[in-house]
Amino acid sequence: MKGLAWVVLVGAGAAVAQPAADPRRSGFDFMSAATQAMQADDMQNPGMLWVAEGAALWQRKEGRSGRSCADCHEAGAAPAMRGVAARYPAFDAPSRQPVNLQQRINLCRERRQHAAALPLESRELLSLESHVAHQSRGLPITPSTDERLRPFRALGQALYEQRIGQLHLSCRQCHDDHAGQRLGGSTLPQAHPTGYPVYRLEWQGLGSLQRRLRGCMTGVRAEPFPYGAQELVALELYLAARAGGMRIETPAVRP
Amino acid sequence: MARTLITAPRTARRGEVIEIRTLIAHAMETGLRVDAEGRKLPRDIIHRFTCRYGDELVFSAELFAAVAANPYIAFSTVATASGTLSLTWEGDNGFAHTETLALTVT
Repeated sequence: MKGLAWVVLVGAGAAVAQPAADPRRSGFDFMSAATQAMQADDMQNPGMLWVAEGAALWQRKEGRSGRSCADCHEAGAAPAMRGVAARYPAFDAPSRQPVNLQQRINLCRERRQHAAALPLESRELLSLESHVAHQSRGLPITPSTDERLRPFRALGQALYEQRIGQLHLSCRQCHDDHAGQRLGGSTLPQAHPTGYPVYRLEWQGLGSLQRRLRGCMTGVRAEPFPYGAQELVALELYLAARAGGMRIETPAVRP
Repeated sequence: MARTLITAPRTARRGEVIEIRTLIAHAMETGLRVDAEGRKLPRDIIHRFTCRYGDELVFSAELFAAVAANPYIAFSTVATASGTLSLTWEGDNGFAHTETLALTVT
């Protein structure tokens, strides 16, 4: 008996010392070495062009307030915006709904700068979003614990598991049940939004998580939700919770 | 406004081989694609990149429709004397963009 207890104790000790490896993988791990190298080198990563433009836009005075982002948020985005992208989407109290980073930037433009909102997915808004999100590179995704987000996150999970389109597929069927396997010529990643906005080689440009989600919806021959739809933000919320703790790579490169 | 990212040393020893790496934002539209209405999208590509070191042409490249958007061009040259490197991209629709870099050779 004494021997058995000893073995159990040793076993428990070993389990503490070596926690089960996280089975979650960033899309980065499924890419070719060449594409990984493209992302890892800021000079080769075309996403950095948008980050650089975002840095310039950060300084530009906008709207009737005559103020730039920098006028309120300290001189550079680096200290003020570090960690912000890691906790988005977040709850916006005045509108009583969750907003993603692009929507937050537009709300700031409308409410604080008294400027017109930028069109969603426009080059300027993507530049600002990538510049802000880039400040969180290397930080773990830390989903907001705001209780008011709970129903929206639940909606996101329901949408993730809902079969849609003529192909009658849910997100889960590909990205959980068959992740790592192939769909045509490409590897199915686990759908963790670690690097958005991403530079996709297929797009030959930078795009948001919502563009990626809409692409998947078209892929299963469903009608995609429009940009900024509550359903897409809810999906973003669920995906962020699912990827909690994973490191941000913005701007990532994807095939 | 053309957006570029350039990495190059500011100083070098005489005779040293220096590497210059460039990235420029450009759609590189091939001229072979059609839009949602079936209309052909006109070609809009960069077709020439040159680097002059002082007055001397040290590197040039011709680009064609098969080159991806936002082309990345890296090359090397030998640092001979202090001067300016001028990098020029030229393309369709009168596109022209020049960036100059100062290089100090010791």
